[in-house]
Amino acid sequence: MTLIDVFSVLCISGGVFFFLAGAVALLRFPDTLTRLHALTKADNLGLGLVVLGLAPQAESFLAALKLCLVWIVAQLAGTTLSQLIGRIAKDKASEL
Amino acid sequence: MGNFFLGAAAIIVATTAIGLFRVLSGPTKPDRLMASQLLGSGGVAALLLAETRGTRGAVDVALVLALLAAFSGIAFVKAAIIARRGDDAAKGFADDAN
Repeated sequence: MTLIDVFSVLCISGGVFFFLAGAVALLRFPDTLTRLHALTKADNLGLGLVVLGLAPQAESFLAALKLCLVWIVAQLAGTTLSQLIGRIAKDKASEL
Repeated sequence: MGNFFLGAAAIIVATTAIGLFRVLSGPTKPDRLMASQLLGSGGVAALLLAETRGTRGAVDVALVLALLAAFSGIAFVKAAIIARRGDDAAKGFADDAN
């Protein structure tokens, strides 16, 4: 294993950990807004660390760039959506 | 290395599948949507890991999945806003009738 492989294994293990934490928190946290908080960690850090680990393994620079672009798309969508979902959840909570 | 990537993909898919229990238990609609969003991002991560095993084009599928997850969320929020507006309009109509 080269140094790059070690880096990849560490980053991807971190990403897997954040996905695990996000799924467990989604099941265990008490209300909607705290669960939303947990979900964004899994989305951003989990996927981000997986991409960071995969990018050095890519065949070419362009392939690595494409991986990063997929992450950026997921990032932009996730951030916007968590704002929108949070607004809906907050309004629902204030109605109760 | 390839087996490590595949194992990581399997663990991610398994954990997001466990997260899907939130779809069953709710209790509110945003909770259910959040579980499916987690499946979306978990699926993207698993597909990116699958690309390293020689599955050509998996990155493109991951990109489509990321976009579809985003669109499903936006559709949910739009529907919730329209439903609330409908409730308000119905309430206003009832007030007028009284």
